[in-house]
Amino acid sequence: MSDLLTVKDLTVRLKMSTGMREVITGTSLSIAQGEAMGLVGESGSGKSMTAKAIARLLPDGAETLGSVTFDGVDVLALTGDELREHRSQVAVVFQDPRAHINPVRRIDDFMTESLRTLRDVPKKEASKRAATVLEEVGIDDPAKRLRQYPHELSGGMLQRVMIATALLSEPRLLLADECTTALDVTTQAEVMAILDDLRKDRGLSMLFITHDLELAGAVCDRTTVMYAGQVVETRAANVLHSDPLHPYSAALVDARPSIDSTAERLRAIPGRPLSAFEAPSGCRFAPRCLFVQDDCRSHEQVITELDGGFVRCERARDLRGELREGAHV
Amino acid sequence: MSESEIVLSVSGLRKVFGSQVAVDDMNFELPAGKSLAIVGESGSGKTTVARMIVGLEKPTAGTIIACGRDRSKPSRNGAERKLRGREVQIVFQDPYSSLDPRQTGAGLVDEVLRVHHGGDASDRAKRVAELAALVGLDQRQMNAMPKALSGGQRQRVAIARALATDPRVLILDESVAALDVSIQAQVLNVLADIRDQRGISYVLISHDLAVVRQLTDEAVVMQRGVVVERGVTSELLDHPQHPYTKLLRASVPGPGWTPQRARERAAAV
Repeated sequence: MSDLLTVKDLTVRLKMSTGMREVITGTSLSIAQGEAMGLVGESGSGKSMTAKAIARLLPDGAETLGSVTFDGVDVLALTGDELREHRSQVAVVFQDPRAHINPVRRIDDFMTESLRTLRDVPKKEASKRAATVLEEVGIDDPAKRLRQYPHELSGGMLQRVMIATALLSEPRLLLADECTTALDVTTQAEVMAILDDLRKDRGLSMLFITHDLELAGAVCDRTTVMYAGQVVETRAANVLHSDPLHPYSAALVDARPSIDSTAERLRAIPGRPLSAFEAPSGCRFAPRCLFVQDDCRSHEQVITELDGGFVRCERARDLRGELREGAHV
Repeated sequence: MSESEIVLSVSGLRKVFGSQVAVDDMNFELPAGKSLAIVGESGSGKTTVARMIVGLEKPTAGTIIACGRDRSKPSRNGAERKLRGREVQIVFQDPYSSLDPRQTGAGLVDEVLRVHHGGDASDRAKRVAELAALVGLDQRQMNAMPKALSGGQRQRVAIARALATDPRVLILDESVAALDVSIQAQVLNVLADIRDQRGISYVLISHDLAVVRQLTDEAVVMQRGVVVERGVTSELLDHPQHPYTKLLRASVPGPGWTPQRARERAAAV
């Protein structure tokens, strides 16, 4: 499989009142045609900023180093019509649908706006296409929904409208940023099933951003774990959970309570998650790591290949099989 | 349950908003030192139950008895209101909106102590330090404004504030839902420690079944205002009986889980 998207050594700095602050440091990842990549991390890990850089939605004054290549095109250099074309190829669905839809416009206007204005599709034809994709995401009576306003729809219904809208421009890559986090679990399962079907039917590639390792494991092909603006591990999604390579991935798995058993005590990770600009030199996870040694703090860790995955920890090979020892199972 | 004192008892509880029945015929008993989960999705009425217990909503019908006193009618005077506040406290979901941005954690806890227990400044300072230690915050963090604290630290301040009245019952309304995974584990451990040390009872309002399993002894499942299933938490999650509980359980991702559309899922369970 050739890669549809390649992010290489991406570093992003944002303009803050206090000066430039680094939020992503040297991130690399790739997504093949039709592949679903999970991107997992806690607050400040840089997972949303990675998606924004890919969709060219970074805030004004942001500084980028490295490269983002989509289907052979250098994304970071795009302007004008080419950038608009890129954004129709790469669709984004955010966490809170109500924050990203105009509350005083009907669903129909919202959904068809880009078709009408950018592609000169006649109004009637655009509405017909909108109704078709609404059906595709499992909404009954689409004609009625198109006439309604956002406040008349539930959160789960509105998120389906957002996904359908993203599909209207026939994108090849979908960036889903915590798009099921605010939904009820039964609705989440429904939305995930819809995304899964779309991926199979349309060959859509997906970057699925979530804090939920188990969800990523269930629906993605590979999972990338980020911490403090860096990728710490990339691995097949179905083994990451049971056999992680990086101490942070293992700690994330263990910190989460299990639905199947009660732990005497959860293995909490001490301290709090850091952002790239607050991270210490040397290994960024060192202050919270159970397996830290003096060497870890003295120099930057590099990504290396190990057992079919990639990991940013020079002790990873020695720690094979030990990371989850003593954890509740 | 006869051997243990019942600290909270709810019977025939009902709440109607206009023509909408939010909660209908809710019943449960909570023994001292035990934890009960109220599980359900948006609109199931679980938060309305919590708000009625702490007195933020007036029940349409039914009784709520906490520590032997009926609290289903509004309190008649300030003394009674204060007494109710001492017995049952609540921690809300969002630590960003539930703290006064102009008051430090120490100031907030001190105010609650002053109102409820009196005592001189040095006694109260000692108590503030005890509560801070209980939730795992140091003095610097307690003296910081909320904006200087992370979400997890704010939630600990909110828990310390709630514990300051020395309540018998603590309502946790999605109190760990908004926290990062690593911080959520810290707060869950703190809550378990506090229960072991203080014999306090929890009512955990949550949609997260793994958190429910970790923290509670018994659970009730609500759907559209009605309790559809109740039982010992581990039993209820391992062997759900009601179709809705089965659906909830089947919707939680885990090893081997594949998302299915509702129709297929309904057919499978």
